[in-house]
Amino acid sequence: MTDRIPPSPTPDPSTLRFWEAAREGKLLIGRNTRTGQAHYPPRPICPFSDEGEVEWVQASGRGTIYSFSIMRAKLPYAIAYVELAEGPRMMTNIIGCDFDALRIGQEVRLVFQPSEGDGYPVPMFSPV
Amino acid sequence: MSIRGKACIMGAYEHPTRKAENKSVAQLHAEVALGALRDAGLTRGDVDGYFCAGDAPGMGPLSMADYLGLTKLKHVDATDLGGCSYLAHVAHAAEAIALGKCSVALITLAGRPRSEGQATGTAPRAGNPSQPDVQFEYPYGAAIANMYAMCARRHMHEFGTTSEQLAWIKVAASHHAQHNEHAMLRKLVTVEEVLNSPLVADPLHRLDCCVISDGGGALVVTSPEIARTLKRPLISVRGAGEAVKHQEGGRIDLTYTGARHSGARAFAEAGVTPADIKYASIYDSFTITVLLQLEDLGFCAQGEGGKFVADGNLISGVGRLPFNTDGGGLCNNHPANRGGITKVIEAVRQLRGEAHPAVQVKNCDLALAHGTGGSIGTRHASATLVLERL
Repeated sequence: MTDRIPPSPTPDPSTLRFWEAAREGKLLIGRNTRTGQAHYPPRPICPFSDEGEVEWVQASGRGTIYSFSIMRAKLPYAIAYVELAEGPRMMTNIIGCDFDALRIGQEVRLVFQPSEGDGYPVPMFSPV
Repeated sequence: MSIRGKACIMGAYEHPTRKAENKSVAQLHAEVALGALRDAGLTRGDVDGYFCAGDAPGMGPLSMADYLGLTKLKHVDATDLGGCSYLAHVAHAAEAIALGKCSVALITLAGRPRSEGQATGTAPRAGNPSQPDVQFEYPYGAAIANMYAMCARRHMHEFGTTSEQLAWIKVAASHHAQHNEHAMLRKLVTVEEVLNSPLVADPLHRLDCCVISDGGGALVVTSPEIARTLKRPLISVRGAGEAVKHQEGGRIDLTYTGARHSGARAFAEAGVTPADIKYASIYDSFTITVLLQLEDLGFCAQGEGGKFVADGNLISGVGRLPFNTDGGGLCNNHPANRGGITKVIEAVRQLRGEAHPAVQVKNCDLALAHGTGGSIGTRHASATLVLERL
């Protein structure tokens, strides 16, 4: 199964560290220093609370499929929301898999897929 | 303060074209503007409020006001909430009229994605990199169809909804479209035909998706005082509601839409319940869009949508809730990839008794029009109107 090569993401000044961490194989999420609540995509302000600061922490890379769909393009690909072990649901692709065997609730693990033109690696998931 | 009874929709016009190869977008806006004003019995010189959204070329309302030659504008509003903008515009026009900011509001929508060859639902759009979500979504090939497909998949998982049930929504739309001479798809389809059409983004098939069409529509909203001087039936704005729903920092729930809140607000303002509604225009970018919104608006409980739409329950003269009697976005048109204004137009036709006789709802004095803009798979707006014939 050939997996689609994604276009490179374009970081902005507030997310550069997220994509630089991706180059080191790390997936960062935001966590509120006061409430401990995790969010994704990470941003400098907590989407849940005016209290506390946001710290960027490394996710475990474990998760389960919340939902998914196979785009029947020339080169089909699986888009998904994966619920991270830390809580947040993140949009992603499921790669290195048999599309017909995917199901909601399935355990998946973080993998990084190179992007076009030697761009930033993109966090994706594969079935455990 | 409420907008209940403070404004009337007195002009409504839908462009007959579905492919406008030799017209500009501005020209289409102008043609629908004149059509709606003619329908109301008004002229451009009467217009003192103008409303448009992102499909209008130029900066906000400025280019179109110039092109149309509107010289008496006292109030403008370019609220862009995607496909449901025009339902919000009706509510905003009613607010402005209630406050005396304007008295004759013109709302226009037009576009030509079909002539421009847009792959509306299947092509991921790069968007503007300053949009904070783009870098976290575009690389994954997020398009319209696969986002809605994930909602359908999750709904099926939690509630046992089936592709057959979704197909019934398309079947009902085709029953209505066969009577609309302008509809893009007039052929009656069966549940089997929907299920046998190719998968676009599973579980959604090609026939679960709306058409891609050129065209447009316009509305004229006036004060009750002006409305009573015109010769058209009085279609009063009885209630309106808006809502925004998004990913909530990673807590997204794909099994419901903002209609849960916009609908509740509109019904509360109108002082009516879903059981009172005789006809409903429901945004139908995909079959799943309709099912979710019917649940969220309260026409049935969450999880019961599949049973509710099955067996022709949405077909006029057959089922309990006639919907989209023009054929909707699924069969008739989806101008500019934004189906909001046609939802209002068909509701106005029903309330006036001017729908096609084969689909006209008897004694239709209370109708609902509801739209979604953006993507229910990521972030979207919902806008609901309760409309009443006085």
